[in-house]
Amino acid sequence: MRWGVIVFPGSCDEQDVYDCLKNNLRQKVDFLWHKDPLAGKFDCIVLPGGFSYGDYLRSGAMARFSPIMQGVVEFAQKGGLVLGICNGFQILCEAGLLPGALTRNASLQFICRRVFVRLEETDTPFTCAGKKGQLLKLPIKHGEGCYYADPTTLERLHKNRQILVRYVDAKGRTTPAADPNGSLDHIAGVCNEGRNVFGLMPHPEDAGEKILGGEDGLKIFSSVIEACDKRGKRAWLD
Amino acid sequence: MSAKQFPQPPVSADTIASHGFSEEEYRRIVQILEREPNFTELGVFSVMWSEHCSYKSSKVHLKLLPTDGPAVLQGPGENAGIVDIGNGLAVVFKMESHNHPSFIEPYQGAATGVGGILRDIFTMGARPIASLNSLRFGAIDHPRTPYLLSGVVAGIGGYGNCVGVPTVGGELFFDESYNANILVNAFTLGIAEKKRIFTGKAKGVGNPLIYVGAKTGRDGIHGATMASEAFSEESEKRRPTVQVGDPFTEKLLLEACLELMKGDCLIGIQDMGAAGLTSSAAEMAARGGTGVELDLSRVPLRERGMTPYEMLLSESQERMLLVVKKGKEEQVKRVFERWDLDAVVVGKVTRDRLFRAFFDGAEVVRIPVAALTSEAPVYTRPAERPQSQDDVQRLDLEKIEEPADLGAALKRLLDSPNVASKEWVFRQYDHFVRSNTVVAPGADAAVIRIKGTEKGLALTVDGNGRYCYLDPYVGGILAVAEAARNLACVGARPIGLSDCLNFGSPERPDVMWQFSQVVQGLRDGCIALGVPVVSGNVSFYNETDGVPIYPTPTVAMVGLLPQVARHVTPWFKSPGDIVVLLGRSREELGGSEYLKVIHGLAKGTPPWIDLRLERAVQHSCLKAIDKGILHSAHDLSEGGLGVALAECCISGPEKPLGARVEPREMMRGDARLFGESQSRIIVSLKEKDLNRLREIAEKEGAPMQVIGEVGGSRLVVHPLIRLPVDELKSIWSSSLERRLRDAR
Repeated sequence: MRWGVIVFPGSCDEQDVYDCLKNNLRQKVDFLWHKDPLAGKFDCIVLPGGFSYGDYLRSGAMARFSPIMQGVVEFAQKGGLVLGICNGFQILCEAGLLPGALTRNASLQFICRRVFVRLEETDTPFTCAGKKGQLLKLPIKHGEGCYYADPTTLERLHKNRQILVRYVDAKGRTTPAADPNGSLDHIAGVCNEGRNVFGLMPHPEDAGEKILGGEDGLKIFSSVIEACDKRGKRAWLD
Repeated sequence: MSAKQFPQPPVSADTIASHGFSEEEYRRIVQILEREPNFTELGVFSVMWSEHCSYKSSKVHLKLLPTDGPAVLQGPGENAGIVDIGNGLAVVFKMESHNHPSFIEPYQGAATGVGGILRDIFTMGARPIASLNSLRFGAIDHPRTPYLLSGVVAGIGGYGNCVGVPTVGGELFFDESYNANILVNAFTLGIAEKKRIFTGKAKGVGNPLIYVGAKTGRDGIHGATMASEAFSEESEKRRPTVQVGDPFTEKLLLEACLELMKGDCLIGIQDMGAAGLTSSAAEMAARGGTGVELDLSRVPLRERGMTPYEMLLSESQERMLLVVKKGKEEQVKRVFERWDLDAVVVGKVTRDRLFRAFFDGAEVVRIPVAALTSEAPVYTRPAERPQSQDDVQRLDLEKIEEPADLGAALKRLLDSPNVASKEWVFRQYDHFVRSNTVVAPGADAAVIRIKGTEKGLALTVDGNGRYCYLDPYVGGILAVAEAARNLACVGARPIGLSDCLNFGSPERPDVMWQFSQVVQGLRDGCIALGVPVVSGNVSFYNETDGVPIYPTPTVAMVGLLPQVARHVTPWFKSPGDIVVLLGRSREELGGSEYLKVIHGLAKGTPPWIDLRLERAVQHSCLKAIDKGILHSAHDLSEGGLGVALAECCISGPEKPLGARVEPREMMRGDARLFGESQSRIIVSLKEKDLNRLREIAEKEGAPMQVIGEVGGSRLVVHPLIRLPVDELKSIWSSSLERRLRDAR
């Protein structure tokens, strides 16, 4: 399978995603420049973390207008897999590919630390290699990660089981103290109704090796690899 | 000068004085030019001859520092120092102060400090991969401290996080001495291919000068001059001289420059930092042995109606000056266009060794390059040990009452913001980005791995202003010794250091005495431990209303680990491990955190140091780590053995672990627990490896004693202390946040 990692102006984690996929999982990966149209065969497109366009207007608000995003939307509509990490999650929400919005952390401060998230659903290409209820220890680093959705949207998220990861404590319990940014319903990541677009605030790419403090992040990427293998190595975009 | 004239304000006695020149200096300008300078030239001289840019008071002292070593590729004098680390790679690093701007406008002052140091690194062809910072604030209950601290930390994070460079460590120290003059020293390290290093040289007559990056505005005009004056009530009004940072543009500039450097267009490159376009152009010409000619009409401007004076002196951020091969201009522009940045030819390299600037067809500046650089004034300022120093060093321990409850004293020390956990700070910095961070902030030194190799780098920054105040010479040595010891604790051997020397006014003999003593101390520490100084800066005039700060050198040291997987962390790992103290404890309480916190005293002499013993202890620790027998290693510093043991128990990411120890030295209890004798490291290891450690220590000549065992849920220092580690952890980890909240 082949991965594409988009480079927006102000992306910071594109190299981390690239290295994690290439060095730890022996994947084929290409960088995609935000000014180019989306061309070539890819199985999964990653929108990495960072501060696209400086996040000056609102996180992700400018990047959705990057030329490549039109192709990403079409790719997603055809069922292609799209993974947004941190700023990538924010961009996907701004682009309307994912429901809800990410607002400033409740503490009003940037937060960088490791957190536990619980896998809530495993019937998606992003979580299928895990077990329901499994805990992953992942780094977070963001200033605007407080997830919000209006009550109707939240109800739909529950009904369709679109909440894929929640912030929990080391014992797997959702508590206010375990929620680093005040997210609604402790939501750390959601997918779309089609289950082919996933955004999360934690950074799986920075938890891909024991020497960096753990490899729980690989669970997300290897889920995608497993899902694509099952689908018969089919690329979604010609 | 050419016939055409650009109208300029007249140069008067007032303008000369307001530009900070002495009469003697002005006479020298007239002598060099063989005429009176015009207003713009006066401005150019004032920034280039400012203390900040010219090092005129410190130069004669800095020459003492050892700057050579077998692996040193570039010592002081360039944008940053460079050290060979093998595998065809080199590390490029430097630390710089941004004290004055950060006090006036904490967020932007600190942010642009980070921006400036990042540019110093990538301008040499290195990708920045790790930052540190060393911060000093006034007393935590001083009304301005929470505002300044929150602003500085948010500014450092706001800039560094956005550019995608992890902040992996640093230090933070509070003392009344910094109430009205905080210190913000920012360090960045980058990694480069040894063969592709760039320097700030303007070579090749006729080659174009290209301006890239952000547009020029009126911000930061005379920033370098401001940093060369003491503070007074007026300082608040200086806010307009503080630059405003744009980390997004910096990120684009970083990527564009590194992309350009892959090709073969570039001859020389320099950041427009302090003194902006003027210093970058003049310094590049000086290094290249050439002249430069600037056409200011072409400078991209943010505001209308800017004068040549303002353009030359602006310190607008995120700008670079390039010298490229003639004929490659379009190729360069294409790279910067891709990143949506301006790239404009603003001049050329000339043969005449003159710094010339034109505006609207008229020549507005014509000064010999050497007059601005190598021939700038150099002073041997008078230095004299103040008589009050005797009084400061006087400490009669018999008059210091030993607290009845030493456990309570330990708790107060752990609650001191200088000792307490700095997590409130670190969690505002991205320390994961670039996925190299092996040991995150909070250990003796940070460790990052070098991708594509088995190696790692360790980074630390240290400096105790109180020690230097009590004895600047010893304080200078201790800064180097502690930094090297911190590296040894993670398993790294030092390869070089960068320092910031923060002092009061050099026009005061007592301050110059402190300065020269500290530099001599640094020199002796560096020579004894074999560490070259490869870069750094000096920040004078850190005083307000005539009161200088503690003399504060900060030393950022870089170490190399041949095998990063073998690194060691400070906290205890498993019950049953044996606790060993390497080094020797003496009855020393002078300058200690204990004396300050418990008795309110900053007196006495700092702990003495035997550099041979220091080396023996560090080498023992390093060799034991090489053999893979240590489970933990932690340096003893502020708060002595008591605090260090507590940190071994509680600073790990997992549940705290207790320990039971009984140090043998016979001396008063408070000195045994909280004395800050140097050259000491606590290590823990399996009992079966004890003999191997003994052999190593004996061979190196380092004293060692088995003091106890890891285990249980209490820290017991028999017979002085017996406290639950959970309680210690809760005090230590919540103190900083709680105190900041209370102070508001």
